[in-house]
Amino acid sequence: MSILKLEKIGFKYTEDWTLKDISFDVRRGEFMGVLGPNGSGKTTLLRLIDGILRPREGRLWINGLAAAEMKRQDLARLIAVVPQDSQLVFPFTVQEIVLMGRVPHLGLWRFEEEKDFEIACEAMEMTDTGSLASRKLNALSSGERQRVLIARALAQQPQILLLDEPTAFLDIRHQIDFFELIRRLNREQALTVIAVSHDINLASLYCDRIILLKEGRIHGMGEPAAVITAAHIQEVYKTSVSVERNPVTGRPMVMPLSSAAMGV
Amino acid sequence: MLPYFFLPFLFLPFLAVFSSRRDLTPGPVTLSRVLRISGSLLLVLVAVSIVSILIGSTRIGTIPALKELLYGWRDGYVGLAPEERTIIFSIRLPRVIFAGLVGASLSLAGVAFQGLLRNPLADPYILGISGGAAVGAVIGIIAGAGTVPFGISGLAFAGSLLTIVLVFSVAKTKGEMPSNTLLLAGVIVNAFFTAVIMFLISTSSHTQLRTVMFWLMGDLSFAEGREILLTGLFLLAGFVVCFRYAKGLNLIVTGEETALQLGVDVERTRKVLLVTASLVTAVAVSVSGTIGFVGLIIPHMMRMLWGSDHRLLLPASMLFGGAFLVAADTIARTAAAPSELPVGVITALCGAPYFIYLLRRKTL
Repeated sequence: MSILKLEKIGFKYTEDWTLKDISFDVRRGEFMGVLGPNGSGKTTLLRLIDGILRPREGRLWINGLAAAEMKRQDLARLIAVVPQDSQLVFPFTVQEIVLMGRVPHLGLWRFEEEKDFEIACEAMEMTDTGSLASRKLNALSSGERQRVLIARALAQQPQILLLDEPTAFLDIRHQIDFFELIRRLNREQALTVIAVSHDINLASLYCDRIILLKEGRIHGMGEPAAVITAAHIQEVYKTSVSVERNPVTGRPMVMPLSSAAMGV
Repeated sequence: MLPYFFLPFLFLPFLAVFSSRRDLTPGPVTLSRVLRISGSLLLVLVAVSIVSILIGSTRIGTIPALKELLYGWRDGYVGLAPEERTIIFSIRLPRVIFAGLVGASLSLAGVAFQGLLRNPLADPYILGISGGAAVGAVIGIIAGAGTVPFGISGLAFAGSLLTIVLVFSVAKTKGEMPSNTLLLAGVIVNAFFTAVIMFLISTSSHTQLRTVMFWLMGDLSFAEGREILLTGLFLLAGFVVCFRYAKGLNLIVTGEETALQLGVDVERTRKVLLVTASLVTAVAVSVSGTIGFVGLIIPHMMRMLWGSDHRLLLPASMLFGGAFLVAADTIARTAAAPSELPVGVITALCGAPYFIYLLRRKTL
């Protein structure tokens, strides 16, 4: 059974449709990538899935339940989001941040209990942030901070993990570390992952399936090899590229072509 | 000079709190930690209050006064002259309670505003509530409403309510109230009211001027039963509401989008807390004038000591803010006895250097 099902979803902020006719299924435990140029509606799509925005048309099912009828708190128990980065105005420690992931599971007046501390502890162990527990979030490097945000998402014990360009501020080593970690969690815990990314090559490397968005519509969907082709990328990103096969992984690999090199 | 012998004791509990710092009670916020810290701060508040009652321009023997405080309620101990009893129970005690309540209200509102607006510079007056209250109070003083019960404070409260409505409706665009618009609306409204106050002052007489000045710098000498009751009720209700939304406020501080994703009804939380904090501020300002600095620095001090979790920050700031204002008011009424200084002068004179010291020692 698919854990997430979108049926002819459409959304507009003002006059023009930001997203239109979006239909797809995500299977439990799948690693799904969402690619597309700036303004193609990637982030809007994530916000629709996690319920921050409500679709103007179409329907969304999570675990077979209509998302439109679910409460915010119920959604937060099913879906967690890892944002790009988080800078705080006031100091919170890493442990406090991770424990915030437990909030959707707590009652109104309840404090975290032993069970919640254990879950937060596990989440920190999985993301290798246990040693940072008493540090202030703002004092960490962006790579460490990103891992803390994953830990918070894991403490939510979600079934679906949404990633919103999570590696935008990371260097190549931390980008790989990040996706390796997500991939491991995805495999070991059958966690469904939907990642919005600007990095076509990383998405190609880690995703089971990829959705390519163009101007708010699905331009292509399927396995990386089927979606990431020179023709698709040129149509969507309006940029000349050459797509090769990664000699080690066999996944498609995009290389931008500069006009100078082509002798234009 | 015996009464002044006690003045330094006012600061002892503060030193005790600050020397304990956070290593004393490490780890995340739990119910028992909240209770432990609140309990010790309550002790600080009580200690400061007792010392404050013992100090004043009329000299009363320390031991008899203490005995009077302990047993005097039941008329068991009669070691003091009737006028001394009156000073302790009818003048100093209400004033100390009043100072505690106002300090607690301002600190509670300060925590809520700083968190809601995600702005470390926010204080209870940031939305212009003090400006509106001041206009009401100044009009009351000039019109001679001081003789009517709730005359001046009633007008001040009306002024602050009007300001709240005005600022919220100015800041509201398409059903939302973005923090920055709200801040700007508050600053503008405050600037407008300052001009109105200046105009009123320039047309007032000399005797009125002194009352107006004291009101503007904060004056706790209005302490009477009904003011105390009113402030106390709003403070209690305000605290319960704020504490109810404390977990949501924690998440809003880390980002509104994050809060939404973690299941918080951000819009409702913001609205309820904004209205609550505004009302608590309005009442405190109306009965005591614009006492600055308390609502700004106490939340920061508590945050530096125990972190930013509002479930701890709210009660801690409330209790410590109360103790701080009791101490400041004691100095205000004794330092230049028999005349009184405006308490707002003391809060800023003592608060600012201490705050700078904290800033240099720890990062916010």
